[in-house]
Amino acid sequence: MPALKDLATRKDPLTGGHRACSGCGAPIIVRQVLMASKDPVVVTCATGCLEVVTTIFPYTAWTVPFLHNAFENSAATCSGIEAAYKALKKKGKVKTEHVNFVAFGGDGGTYDIGLQSLSGAVERGHDFLYVCYNNEAYMNTGIQRSSATPKGASTTTAPAGKVIPGKVQFQKNLTEIMVAHDLPYVAQSAVGFWRDLTAKAEKAFSIRGPKFINALQPCRLGWGYDPSLTPELGRLAAETCIWPLYEVENGKYKLTYKPKEKKPVTEFIKTQDRFRHLSRPGNEAVVEEIQKEVDRRWQALLERCGEKAPQ
Amino acid sequence: MPILAKTGNEAMAEAMRQINPDVVAAYPITPATEIVMIFSGFVADGLVDTEFVAVESEHSAMSACVGAAAAGARVMTGTSSQGLQLMSEILPIASALRLPIVLCEVNRALSAPINIHCDHSDTMAVRDFGWMQVYAENAQEAYDSIIQMIRISEDERVRLPGMVSTDGFIISHCMEKIEALEDNEVKKYIGEYKVINSVLDQKNPISIGSLDLQDYYFEHKMPVVEAMGKAKDVILEVSKDFGKRYGREYGLTEGYKLKDAEIALVAMGSTCGTTRAVVDELRERGVKAGLLKVRVFRPFPAEEIVQALSKVKAAAITDRSDGFSNQGGQLFTEIRSAMYEQKAKPILSNYIYGLGGREISLEDIRKIFDEQKEVADSGKVKQLIRHFGVRE
Repeated sequence: MPALKDLATRKDPLTGGHRACSGCGAPIIVRQVLMASKDPVVVTCATGCLEVVTTIFPYTAWTVPFLHNAFENSAATCSGIEAAYKALKKKGKVKTEHVNFVAFGGDGGTYDIGLQSLSGAVERGHDFLYVCYNNEAYMNTGIQRSSATPKGASTTTAPAGKVIPGKVQFQKNLTEIMVAHDLPYVAQSAVGFWRDLTAKAEKAFSIRGPKFINALQPCRLGWGYDPSLTPELGRLAAETCIWPLYEVENGKYKLTYKPKEKKPVTEFIKTQDRFRHLSRPGNEAVVEEIQKEVDRRWQALLERCGEKAPQ
Repeated sequence: MPILAKTGNEAMAEAMRQINPDVVAAYPITPATEIVMIFSGFVADGLVDTEFVAVESEHSAMSACVGAAAAGARVMTGTSSQGLQLMSEILPIASALRLPIVLCEVNRALSAPINIHCDHSDTMAVRDFGWMQVYAENAQEAYDSIIQMIRISEDERVRLPGMVSTDGFIISHCMEKIEALEDNEVKKYIGEYKVINSVLDQKNPISIGSLDLQDYYFEHKMPVVEAMGKAKDVILEVSKDFGKRYGREYGLTEGYKLKDAEIALVAMGSTCGTTRAVVDELRERGVKAGLLKVRVFRPFPAEEIVQALSKVKAAAITDRSDGFSNQGGQLFTEIRSAMYEQKAKPILSNYIYGLGGREISLEDIRKIFDEQKEVADSGKVKQLIRHFGVRE
């Protein structure tokens, strides 16, 4: 793990002045991941917030090579670049000793429309890191539900109405789906844990083959909170065990953050507008169900990690 | 030159082996599966240096092709029908990013109903995506055209992707005699790939695929328009040079016994071969019949077609696809549009035929010519657009 003062001397992959919302967590993830790379990087990005706010022509915020192709194919596009690199290196046409290929996608481009492309690329064993900046809805197009949207959250396509209290389903456990691909490295991290995310990215870059990091990215617009609270909400997600931080290296689970005291989910829920309706009378059962499911998933994770549940 | 017995698919795969692209990303689909199968055999036997990416779908095939081409690799793929449709989201991205990807296509009807046999609905559906399109008449032409397409698409005046298609099963699975080029000859002919921009260039990091709104998008589409305009000259230039070297010249269109023809049939793909046989037969009987083969559909050779048909009295435009516009098939509507300002032009009629692999026989072609004779004599068309060979 590089020291903070070393990280500060590394090339910033994104220049300031891009058009992300104030308090956006996505550029934080990009910087903390890419600055962990000692080798040159090449980036692909799915259509989404990150691509839109960093590249409006004639400007680009990227100081590293960057390719945006379409929405659902960041992984497949990255796999093509990696294949080209191998072919051209073999022929002596590319000299760079080692390149870290990094594909970014939001939860829309990763959990949903891009899942097949991601699954195919990791199965083929390309040497690349896929990073999902997971803000739990289609934020770029105006906060529509995704399969990463948590139960109870209000989105524009699963709004909290008079009879339906927001999204009905629990979110898909994509990190476990990626673990089931038997990748050499899979991890879950969050904005608000810079050391955790950077260390995981650094470890991923030290491993050859496909790697996956699912990074929770609080979104002030879609979640509805004060933009200064972005890192705090990431931390709160981990402290409530709604979003545990862990890694799976060659099938071996390791919890990378253990909350001293497991906070109730209401601590997280009460901070955001997307859950505001849950505090209304009649929605108590929804909150209870969320707590129950979070507990069940947390318990299952602890077992996989060989840990005991804290009090 | 080696004389080989090859099916259309084998001939295309052979051309790919000799081209030896840096990256091939492909997914199998009937009737183009063999191209991918044979090529992966070349990879397994070490006969090519290619990185073969056996993707999980055609969408990922074209996505990986775009990634690889943007990284400065010479890239090829192959597909058909539904596979081409699954790629279709990425096809205009490849052309707009000016990536000279070459695609071996085998024409197959689009679902539904699901069908594996030939018509041109698959490539016609993607005709407006900035890809050059060549429809080959036989395995030899498919082989030659694929090799030529590398030169054409990589030419700096063009830098557009291109597809060469063969008629499913009729060409893809029928064995023909082909005259191949020597491996070294192909290598020399296509030359080294010249990289213009690459995402692997760390000294000059570039962003490709930026968001481009009202203030720039239009200007960024114009180079594709201009390149497609220049592609016509480059195709002719490359074709002429190929002809000089190897004795086979194709051009954009080809007239067969058309110079003094009074009636003509315009076709694409394998139907041209059938038509040649009927033209010969009619000529023996003293009927002034001719064929106009349209080989290149994008860029569309409007002037050449107008010129070639200027002295013909009646022409049957045949389409192996219906665009559901109620204005006839795609070839017909384009030719009819090209004829608009012309004073000297034939009476046109449209025959939409052969959908889903429905056989087109010598007898069918004879019938079309007989009807054209009537049109030429009477100066009248009974039915402008006909679905020919369909049961009532």
